[in-house]
Amino acid sequence: MDNGRQFAAEFARRSRWRPAEVALWVAVAVLPFVFPDRMVLASQIMIAALFALSLDLLLGYAGMISLGHAAFFGIGAYTAGILASHGWSEPISALLLSGLLAALGGYLTGFIVVRLNGVALLMVTMGLGLLVAELANVMQDWTGGSDGLTGIELRPLLGRFGFDMAGRVGFVYALIVVFLAFVFVRRLVHSPFGLSLQGFRENPTRMAQIGAPMAARLRFVNTIACGLAGVAGALLTQTTQFVGLEYIGFDRSAEVLIMVILGGGGRLYGGLVGAFVFLVGRDVFSAANPQYWYFWLGLLLVLIVLFLPGGILGGTTHLAIGLRRLRQGGKA
Amino acid sequence: MAEQLFLLLFNGLAYGILLFLMAIGLSVTMGMMNFVNLAHGAFAMLGGYLAITLCTTLGIPFLLCLPMVFVAVGILSAGLEAGLYRRFYRSTQLNQVLLTIGLSLMAIAGATYVWGPQLLTLKVPDFLSGQTRLFGIEVGTYRLFLILAGAAIAGALVFGLERTRFGAMVRATVDNRRMAQSLGINVNRVFRLTFALGSGLAGLGGALAVNFLGGLLPSFALGYLLVYFLIVVTVGGLGSTLGALAAAILLGISDAAAKFYAPQIASFAIYFVMVVLLMWRPQGILGRR
Repeated sequence: MDNGRQFAAEFARRSRWRPAEVALWVAVAVLPFVFPDRMVLASQIMIAALFALSLDLLLGYAGMISLGHAAFFGIGAYTAGILASHGWSEPISALLLSGLLAALGGYLTGFIVVRLNGVALLMVTMGLGLLVAELANVMQDWTGGSDGLTGIELRPLLGRFGFDMAGRVGFVYALIVVFLAFVFVRRLVHSPFGLSLQGFRENPTRMAQIGAPMAARLRFVNTIACGLAGVAGALLTQTTQFVGLEYIGFDRSAEVLIMVILGGGGRLYGGLVGAFVFLVGRDVFSAANPQYWYFWLGLLLVLIVLFLPGGILGGTTHLAIGLRRLRQGGKA
Repeated sequence: MAEQLFLLLFNGLAYGILLFLMAIGLSVTMGMMNFVNLAHGAFAMLGGYLAITLCTTLGIPFLLCLPMVFVAVGILSAGLEAGLYRRFYRSTQLNQVLLTIGLSLMAIAGATYVWGPQLLTLKVPDFLSGQTRLFGIEVGTYRLFLILAGAAIAGALVFGLERTRFGAMVRATVDNRRMAQSLGINVNRVFRLTFALGSGLAGLGGALAVNFLGGLLPSFALGYLLVYFLIVVTVGGLGSTLGALAAAILLGISDAAAKFYAPQIASFAIYFVMVVLLMWRPQGILGRR
C-alpha cells in the first residue's frame, strides 16, 4: 500500500541480526580466552579483520579496486606512534585522531580515485601507496625510517586497564573497537546508501542514468574506508607498541586484498574469515619455513580465482543452498 | 660540467633502454588482450636468475647465455599463456590482478627456494667490463654495450612490427581484435606468439639488468620496477612501440638526473609524476584510446 513503509520494512529485514552472526561474535570474544597463549595472534586477527573490512567496503560493495590501501593503514599507524612517542599517551583519543587523519587522506585522494577506473585506477592507487610509503621512509626524523619507531608508551585504558604482556587488555580493546566498527559498517551497507554503492558496482552507467550522485557517494565511502583503515593501523601500533615500514608498504596492500578475496568480498564477514585463515595459516606455515609461506599464499590465490570466485563465504553459501535443495528434494 | 651532463644522459639512456626491453611485453598484453599482467616482472626476474645459472654455474659464455634465456623464458611464458592466462581474457580486471599477484608471489618464493634469498651477481666477460673512451669521456663499457644491444633490438622490433606481415597482423589485432578476427587472422595464435616474444624480451632485459643494477634479489619481480614498467606502458600508450621507447628513455634519464641532483626526493617524485600524468590523461600521453 504505502511504498515508503514497504521500503522501510525491507531495509529493516535486511539489517536484522542473524543467529549465525551473534554466534560468530560470541565465538570471537570467547575463543582467545580458551587459548590464552594465542592472545596476541587473536588481537592481530581482529585488527586485520578491521583493515580487511575497510577494503571490503570499497572493493566488495562499491567495486573500487585499490592496490595502495596500506597507505591509510600506515597513516593511522604512524600517527598513533608519533603521538605516543611525543607524549600523547592517552590511547583512545590518539586512536580517534589517527582515524581522522587517515580519513582526511582518504577524502583528499577521493577526488583523484573516483574519476578513474580500470588500469589507471590500479596504477594510481598503487602509486599513491608507494608515494606515502616512500614519504615514511624519507621522513626519518619523524618515523624512524627503516629502523621503525619504538619507545611507544601508553597510559592505561580509561585510566584503569594497563596494557599487559599477555596481551589480554590489548585483545579486549581491539575486540571492542573492531566490533563497534563492524556495527557501524553493517548499518551503512544495509542502508539505501549502501544499496546504491552495490548498484554502482553492478552497473555504473545505470546508476548515473537514474541520477544518483555517485561521485560524491564514492568520495564519502572512500573517506570512511580510509578512516577505518587508519583506526586499524593505530590499533596495531598501540597493541604492539611499534611501527615500522612494513606497516605501510605494497606487501601489506596486497595482503589485505588477499584476505578480502580469501574470505569473500561484499559479504561483510569475508574480511574477518579471510584474516583468520590468512593469519592462522601464516602462523602455522611460517613456523616451518617463513620464506616459503608466500608460495602457498600465491597458490591459494590462484586456486581461489580459478575455482572459488566468491571466496570461502561464497563457497559455503553455495554449499548451504545445495544442501537445502538436496534435503527438500529428499522430502518431496 | 659538460662531461657530467654527458655521463648523466649516457647512464640514463642505458637505464631507459633496459626498462624498455623489460616493459615492452606488458604493452602488448595490455594493449592486445586488455589483460593486466602484474606477473610480467617475474619473467624478468626469471631471466636474470637463468642467466646467472647458465653463465656462472654451467660456464656458458655470456653472449651465448642471452639468446638462450630469451628462448627459455619465451617458451615458458607461452605454456603459461596456454594453460592459465587464456581463461582470464574475458574475466574481470580484479581476477586478473589477483591471479597475477598470486603467480608473482609463487615466483618469488620459488626463486628464493632455488637461488636463495641473498643478492646474486653476474660476472660479465672482460671485454664488457671496465671503461671505454667515448668522445674523450670515460664511460662504462657494459653500459655502452647495453645501449648498442638495446638499440639493435628496439630497431629490429620496430622494423618487425611496421614492415613484416606478422607485424601487420599484430597491429591489426591491437587496433581492433574483432575486426582482425573477422578478416581471418588467428588472433589467439598471434597473441600467443607476441606474448612469448614480449616475455622473452623481459627475460633478456632481466639477464642484462643483473650487472647494471649490481645484483639480483627475488623481490625484483614485484619491486619498484613493476611501477616503472607500468609507467612506460601508460605514458607511452598501449601497443605503441616507439611511444614506450620514448617514455622509457625519458624515465631513465629523469631518474638518473633526479638521483644526482635531488636524491632526497628522487625516490617518490616518480610516483607523484605518475599520479599527475594519469589524472591528466588516463589513456597515456601518446595513447590514442
